[in-house]
Amino acid sequence: MVRRFDYVIVGGSAGAVGCIEALRAVDREKTIALIGEEGDRIYSRALIPYYLGGRIHGDKMLYRPPDFCKQMGVTPWPGRRAVGLDPVRKTVVLDGGEELQYGKLLLATGGRPIVPPVPGLDKKNVFTFVSMADALALAETLPTARAAVVLGGGVIGLMAAETLKNRGLAVTVVELAPRVLAPVVDETASAMVEELFRAKGVPVHTGTTIAQVLGHERAEAVVLTSGETVSCDLVVVAAGVVPRVELAKAAGIAVNRGILVNEKMETSAPDVYACGDCAEGYDFVIEGNRPLPLWPNAYVGGRVAGFNMAGVPREYRWATSMNAMHFFDLYIINAGLNVTRDTADGFETVSRYDREARAYRKFALRDGRLVGFVLVGRVARAGILLRLMREKVDVSSFKHELLDEHFGYASMPESLRWELLAQDVRLGVV
Amino acid sequence: MGKIVAKPEVCIGCHLCQIWCAVAHSRSRDVLKAFFYEDPPPPRIVVEERLPLTFAFPCRHCAEPDCVFACISGALHKDPQSGHVLHDESRCVGCYSCVMACPYGAIVIDSENRKVVKCDLCEGLDLPMCVARCPNQALAYLAEDGA
Repeated sequence: MVRRFDYVIVGGSAGAVGCIEALRAVDREKTIALIGEEGDRIYSRALIPYYLGGRIHGDKMLYRPPDFCKQMGVTPWPGRRAVGLDPVRKTVVLDGGEELQYGKLLLATGGRPIVPPVPGLDKKNVFTFVSMADALALAETLPTARAAVVLGGGVIGLMAAETLKNRGLAVTVVELAPRVLAPVVDETASAMVEELFRAKGVPVHTGTTIAQVLGHERAEAVVLTSGETVSCDLVVVAAGVVPRVELAKAAGIAVNRGILVNEKMETSAPDVYACGDCAEGYDFVIEGNRPLPLWPNAYVGGRVAGFNMAGVPREYRWATSMNAMHFFDLYIINAGLNVTRDTADGFETVSRYDREARAYRKFALRDGRLVGFVLVGRVARAGILLRLMREKVDVSSFKHELLDEHFGYASMPESLRWELLAQDVRLGVV
Repeated sequence: MGKIVAKPEVCIGCHLCQIWCAVAHSRSRDVLKAFFYEDPPPPRIVVEERLPLTFAFPCRHCAEPDCVFACISGALHKDPQSGHVLHDESRCVGCYSCVMACPYGAIVIDSENRKVVKCDLCEGLDLPMCVARCPNQALAYLAEDGA
């Protein structure tokens, strides 16, 4: 039997929620089906480090209330997976054989954790770090574990390493690149982070990776390509995610690294939209498409898709790379292009590094416009900088002001300041 | 949807809006008790200063709030009835994604508690405390957007 819904959403995380909230802002009547293979309680995978670290418990993992689907008038298909898509007949087939017909479809299938093809990384005590199932499995192992190896020195890997360290384990980080966080920050910021982890007693091995995992059923030690052996009771693999595109690809929808979408979040198939980690959308800084597997982009992408699905035209033109992260007591926010020593050609950079205060600010400009920044230490009011990027403001006349940790609207030239705040201040009252 | 607007030309930079914001969000809501006997919470209103220019800078309760869209925990939400952008501190994990997203820099970091705090327009009071206590009427509350 084929059931028909006005809207069908595949995937149950940030993108799906963004879409549902937009659809319901337009009307309450249309029917919505949500195919969420992880169940109908919508949790936030971004909270996994906080959950494992003991900062939050139980229901606080939920991103929306437990009865969200009911409140929103959504028919959930919990625990079910979409295994087929026919964009001509406009149907989705579930793993139980059911067929759902859609008016409009959103693919928000997320990403799949990358597990490098290293012998032994399939052992019982090797975990990825992206799903509630991962978190629960890891939580079960933690009380008896004393030492952990984290493969991957990116944002997630380092958050995992801090969490495990705080839980009392001896932790070693292994990163293939010459430095941690290499895709998102420059050499100086990476060095600050590596120094911090070492000071906290977490060795960071860069330029190497796991060559072999020792042990029978369970990993007992890893041998690095550098020759060193590190013993461990568990391994966390945090080597990034790849977009989950199988459904779209098999249906003949255009896929590059992710499912290609335009600014309306439309795929190449009529009435099929995509957002979040599975998609490859427009980045206003590079002025082209690239995967941006980040929480805010997933939510807003879903929201823009939802409005368009409901017939309210919207465009997502202000997505770019951005991260808010913290390791121990060090906070970092970056956005836009990551201009490093090796990629500085064609950019003007201004930076200030205060080693003692553990504070660093760096800005990359192209033709006077801000195209990327990284703040380490003091990150307050970073969103003002993101706004300057989005609005392509010429910052060249006040570029040195950006280095002031108290940078704000008062630091800008008067005409620009009042132009940006036209809706928010009243002038001419005296 | 209500919002607060600033009048920079008549702001004298006294920071009383911040003092009274802290009082409004303190346990006792009493200025003496809050500052003498309690640890007053951080003010949720920013004062921008480049003397002689000063102006107070509260949350605008955006129609499309980037802070809510960036929040990873569901702590930030826009109340569908009032339109106010509200923050459930018990759900905040201090990731500062909202700090990254807010185009006005209006989300305040509470470093002591590793959380953020933000303007709630003093829900329950007739007028937001910062507006009511500004000695020079440099803050105004607009009950309806654009009113």
